This record gives sequence, C-alpha cells and structure tokens, in this order.
Amino acid sequence: MTVIRTLDKDKMSVAEGSYAVAHAVKICRPNVISAYPITPQTHIVEDLSQFMADGEISNCEYITVESEFSALSALVGSAAAGARCYSATTSQGLELMHEVLFNMSGMRLPVVMTIANRAVSAPINIWNDHQDSISQRDTGWIQMYAEDLQESSDMTAQAYKVAEDKDVMMPAMTCMDGFILSHVYEPLVLLEQDLVDEYLPPYEPEYTLDPKNPLTFGAFADPTAYTEFRYLQQQAMDNALPKIEEAANEFYEIFGRYYGGLIDEYETEDADIILMAMGSLVGTIRDVVDKLRAKGIKVGLLKVRTFRPFPAEAIRNAIKGARVVVALDKNISLGLNEGALFTETKASLYNTKIDVPIVGRMIGHGGRDIPVKTIEDIVEEAKGIISSGINTESKYADLKEDLL
Amino acid sequence: MSISLGGVCEPGTTRVNKTGGWRTFRPVFDYDKCIKCKLCELLCPDMAVFPRDDGFFEFDYDYCKGCGICANECPTEAIDMVLEEK
Ligand code: SF4
Ligand code: SF4
Repeated sequence: MTVIRTLDKDKMSVAEGSYAVAHAVKICRPNVISAYPITPQTHIVEDLSQFMADGEISNCEYITVESEFSALSALVGSAAAGARCYSATTSQGLELMHEVLFNMSGMRLPVVMTIANRAVSAPINIWNDHQDSISQRDTGWIQMYAEDLQESSDMTAQAYKVAEDKDVMMPAMTCMDGFILSHVYEPLVLLEQDLVDEYLPPYEPEYTLDPKNPLTFGAFADPTAYTEFRYLQQQAMDNALPKIEEAANEFYEIFGRYYGGLIDEYETEDADIILMAMGSLVGTIRDVVDKLRAKGIKVGLLKVRTFRPFPAEAIRNAIKGARVVVALDKNISLGLNEGALFTETKASLYNTKIDVPIVGRMIGHGGRDIPVKTIEDIVEEAKGIISSGINTESKYADLKEDLL
Repeated sequence: MSISLGGVCEPGTTRVNKTGGWRTFRPVFDYDKCIKCKLCELLCPDMAVFPRDDGFFEFDYDYCKGCGICANECPTEAIDMVLEEK
C-alpha cells in the first residue's frame, strides 16, 4: 500500500504545520505540556499555550521552564505520576535534553515530543537538517519522520498509540523538518476529537507515583542487573516494529489516511535505481520519480518513515531487487563521512545474500535547498554506477567547491 | 525475581545495597578527641554516621564507602582513616 489521502473537502482547512501539530496534541488530550521555546519549534508551543489560555485544553498543566533540560525533566516526573505528556524541541535544545532522553526511555515513560528538525551549532544555523535527532538515535526513543504537514499532524496520534502500547512503553519523537514543514501553510484536515477518541484510549500507566503507595522510579541497578534493563529496552523496540505498522493501519481504517508504517514504497517494484530518504525531501523525490518515469527511467522511492527502531527487514525487502540504491542523508557522522541512513542500510545488508550496490549522498545540510536538478543529477550518477560500478561510496552531493 | 517495567520498585531499596563493600579505608573514631560537634554526621554523604545516646557517634560500616569526608572535616582530627584488612 502506498500513500493514501482521502481528504474530505468539507473538512479541509489551510493551516500552518506548527498549528496542525499543536492542534493534534490538543486533540490527543495531554495532561502535562512542558516546553521551552526554540526556533523553529516555537509556533507549536505558542499555539498550545494559546489553547491553554483560551481554556481549550482541560485537565492539563502547562509548565514554562528555563531550559530544555528542565522541560524534559518536568515530564519525567509528570509521566511517572501517570500523565500523558508532551513537549517539542529542536537542535541545541534537543542536545541539551540528551541526559534526560536516556532517563525517560530507561524508565519506560511513553512521552511524545515533536522535533522541528534543525541543524546544530557551531556555526549557528537555524535551518533544517536532521543532525539533531540523528545524534540522539541511541537514547531509546522511537523516531519517526514526516513527509508533509498532514503526516506531521497525524503522526502525533500514531506516536502516542505506539509509545503507550503495553508491549512497547517507550518515548517517541515525531520529527518534522524545521521551517519546511513547521512554518508552511498547506491545505489539510485537522484531527477530529471524536475520531481520535476512538483511536487513542486514555493513557493507563502500569505504575504511578502516589504518596499513598510510594514507589521508586529509576533506581540504582548495579552490574548484576543493568544489562537486562538494556536488553528489555531493545525488546520493547523490537515489539514497536509491528505496532507501528498496526498503528498506521488502524489510523487508515478510522481516518482514511495512510503514509506507510515503517517505510513506504513508491514505484519501487521494477525500479533499477531506488532513492531512499526521510522527511520532506521524500516529497521532492516523489516528484522527480514522476518526472523521470515519464521519460522511461526506472527509478523508485523508498521513504523511511521510522528510523528507530530501524526497520532493517522492511528496507531489505524493498531494495533487494534494485540495481543500485542511493541513501540520501541530511546528517553526517563526522569521522566516518557517512549519513546515518546510508550506514545503517548498508550494515543491514551485510551477512545476507542480498548483494545490491548502495551509495550514500549527503545533501541539504544547514537548510541548503534541494532542487529537483540536484536529485536528477544523483539519478544520473546512479546510472553510471549500474554500468561501471561504485566510484565514491559516500560524499556530499551539493558541495560548493568554490567556497573551500 | 524479574525486572518490573522500567525497574519500578518499593522504596527503601538502598537498604539492601550495602555500599560498604566498596571501601578501601575505614574511618575510626578517637572519642578522646571528639567534641560532639556533629559535623561528621551532617557531612557524611551516605548517612553512615549515627548518633549514640551519650552524644558521641558511630559508623554504620554496611553503608560507609570510606570516602574520608568525615575525617577531613572533623575540626579536632578525631577520625582516622585506616586501611581495610582482608
Ligand atoms: S568515610 Fe565517608 S561514607 Fe564513611 S562515614 Fe565518613 S563521610 Fe561517611
Ligand atoms: S566531626 Fe569530629 S569532633 Fe565533630 S562530632 Fe564528628 S568526630 Fe566528633
């Protein structure tokens, strides 16, 4: 199944991406929102504070804090007390949360947080790439990347559904590209309360902080038990793989919209060249695929919607028939000169019988535009790989040599 | 025993974590020098110094990790840090 939008025209409105997400959060009935404003996430929490001021969210506390570290720390306590919690952040703010991200997942608190993806300092840059969230990939948070505004909004409800599942109980980041998605206006359907109530039951925690029945959360674990905690977290991530698919299918049944679960394939079936990517870049590639298919070039798109847990098996199945795969990354692992999607996809092929050439192309860092022409050039280069083999395994596709 | 979701447990678990096993040096009081100022009790990070009825103090060696803060802070040098024997 590929992307399906049955958008009821009567229900459609034009909204900013941040507003659509804030509205989705409201409709998910949060009990505690804690956030520190940071560009380009600001509009989301501004809208939420406006909803609070207007009395549109009941049974909810809105905590304004002095830093992102505090924002997430406040939610560790709130979630432990049984609240459905929400926050949003980006870039340096997310990096400042690093320590608390581990605490949240280690304590198995299913908080949902929107990341309006942005480059990290230095040099200071407020525009979009994926370095911030990719740098947090090992913290035990589910990570999903949205292609457009409607998906950013709908992903919020899906994330709660997966995170709060008793077989998962892990926090989730829903990632939307900063500015490109957060500040853009598009026609969309805002989530409806009655449908979300049907989709998302109230959060029922296994344990809660309660003065009448004191419990210890996040206690000490010495070497005799620490490994097993990590093992159980990994098991929860494994459990999340089918749950993410289920959450997407169930969402489709109720709302009529489907974006893929772990991945989504577009024109991949007979494709010689498959481009894989995450986030809004997927939309650009979709157009390039249409354009090049019209010219008879067999190119396909693999949208990676879920990056953590990493859907290795789904990706392998999607790309095994291709003659070349290009993973496009808006991040770099410095010292390896590779983007995360490339490294991990390549690794997932090792020790299997699948022998498909794969290269990585890093692109769009610090908000650099990714025009259709750049993607077409990458496809052109991929054709060369089919005929004469891999020349450069991983590199920046849009480097300005004259600046160096 | 199996691990609960998120490792949530009853309070008071540190009681079974006898951190005294980590100790290399053990503090020992010289009550002749002690002026009962309570600094050792106040400053011990592990609450391993306990008051006695006579106003002097005692160590709980099950939990004293041997950091030496009490000995360092005692104004009359009434606490000696002695190497633990096997
Ligand atoms: S050595 Fe450290 S842990 Fe032990 S009693 Fe003194 S201050 Fe407390
Ligand atoms: S700090 Fe020294 S003098 Fe004061 S009560 Fe403790 S042992 Fe005695």
